[in-house]
Amino acid sequence: MVNLGFSIGDLHFKNPVLTASGTFGYGSEFDDFLDVSRLGGIVVKGTTIEPREGNLYPRMAETASGMLNAVGLQNKGIDYFEKNIYPRISGYNTNIIVNINGSYIDDYVALAERINRLEKIPAIELNISCPNVKMGGMAFGTNLDSAREVTRAVRAVYAKKLIVKLSPNVTNVVDFAKVVEEEGADSISLINTLLGMLVDVEKMRPALSTITGGLSGPAIKPIALRMVWQVAKTVRIPVIGIGGIMTTSDALEFFLAGASAVQIGTASFIDPQAPVKILEGIENYLIKKGFSDIKEIIGYINRTT
Amino acid sequence: MAKRIEDLKVIGNKRLNNDFFVLELSGNDKIPDFKPGQFAQVRVDGSPETFLRRPISIHDVDYERNTFKLLIQIAGKGTGALSKLRNGDFLNLIYPLGNSFGLPVENERVLLVGGGCGVAPLLFLGKYLRSNGYIPDILLGFRNSEQIIEFEEYLKIGNVFLTTEDGSKGEKGYVTNHSILLTGRYKRIYCCGPDSMMRAIAGYCKKNNIACEVSLENLMACGIGVCLCCIIDTIKGNLCTCIDGPVFNINELKW
Repeated sequence: MVNLGFSIGDLHFKNPVLTASGTFGYGSEFDDFLDVSRLGGIVVKGTTIEPREGNLYPRMAETASGMLNAVGLQNKGIDYFEKNIYPRISGYNTNIIVNINGSYIDDYVALAERINRLEKIPAIELNISCPNVKMGGMAFGTNLDSAREVTRAVRAVYAKKLIVKLSPNVTNVVDFAKVVEEEGADSISLINTLLGMLVDVEKMRPALSTITGGLSGPAIKPIALRMVWQVAKTVRIPVIGIGGIMTTSDALEFFLAGASAVQIGTASFIDPQAPVKILEGIENYLIKKGFSDIKEIIGYINRTT
Repeated sequence: MAKRIEDLKVIGNKRLNNDFFVLELSGNDKIPDFKPGQFAQVRVDGSPETFLRRPISIHDVDYERNTFKLLIQIAGKGTGALSKLRNGDFLNLIYPLGNSFGLPVENERVLLVGGGCGVAPLLFLGKYLRSNGYIPDILLGFRNSEQIIEFEEYLKIGNVFLTTEDGSKGEKGYVTNHSILLTGRYKRIYCCGPDSMMRAIAGYCKKNNIACEVSLENLMACGIGVCLCCIIDTIKGNLCTCIDGPVFNINELKW
């Protein structure tokens, strides 16, 4: 038996494979394809105080080894979540994490207070890195003072585990990691999507209604990995690696670079069984290499270089 | 109906003309009871530029042989790669996905209208209607006579009317100009085709108080209601084409 578990403070995860917000719905969409309860955790779709319709169509474009999206946080709001989705998903035997978003600090605070009361939600992911909304989102995650302020405000009202999801659209991601750690974040997840765009040459106009959108998929993996490596060797709190993980090998790169866990995102669109296949692959790798605990490989490359 | 993810064997790849081909796939287990209008998310391997799955309509189903067909238009690298598949190759599908066309009310005279790649779900729909006791008429629009595909297949279902833009076969012009629409005999129209065609047919149906369903082809990533990319603006707000559609009653749409 290999120990795959990891912890954020006193919150235990049975394994380090989670699903990324916005790519796994509320879990039940995947019931036909895998047993959601096998996963270490699921991060549900980005939630706001009020219902949001998101951006205009077209809000997706395929790119080389990736895709751009400009969904813009379409969701039915916290009231709907609490009443209709929470009762349904709290039956899964895994850690359910809610990704929270807002235009103002007060929105984040109000959401955190609401979710703090939900017994079966042990953690939130503070999204200060959505590139597809006009107000809030990435604006908080690309300014050090704003990142500090929103993390501090949410920490003050939220007693459970606070994960802050960082944007890669900054000059030095490590500065942001340090700031949110100082303000009491329990964990850092990175990266959110990279701001990008695509032009439709036939139609001679941008492919997305919003012109720019967030790039995800294997195209961004080397950048994500570099940022996870930089952050993991700087902060003391656990780092969750996200960005273009399609295969077991991709996930292992993140562990070896210092991530304590990973989130599977865009891969679930192409193979809805990807999270479980990657989980099985990690276990097989550890057995083959003779490790008994995944902790033995976390940050391994830093010991040898 | 439970969704499946499976590698299915290609047992036929028939080129219809420069732009269209039909793939026939053999089920591993018993194929599901498909409903007309449903689609599959088809994985295309082998190139970084064909990263996402391609949504393709179920074109025809043969329960006796446990096979079904996909009619595909070569539109880019993904569909181009699919056109080169050979018998014995395997194709990874997530299916069956989406809702379906509704049955007509009793004794309603129905018309199927399609153009270009939009004819894909209409063959299965036509056969489905026949098996439920309806004999639909079919109106198909193409650019020219060389683009006409599977004419004989549709003849087995009902009367087929044609338009071509250059007048090389059938009536000249677009489907919305065809004289059978002047008869006023149809109480229900099912339409799948280019956006401009569906909007024109929807406009005609609204004006003449004809029930109408259209099948949309929005860009999508996941196909299972998760990515929220394939949305269509409706009277109920943004809905996903993949799970709330692809078939919509025109009264739901803000056209």
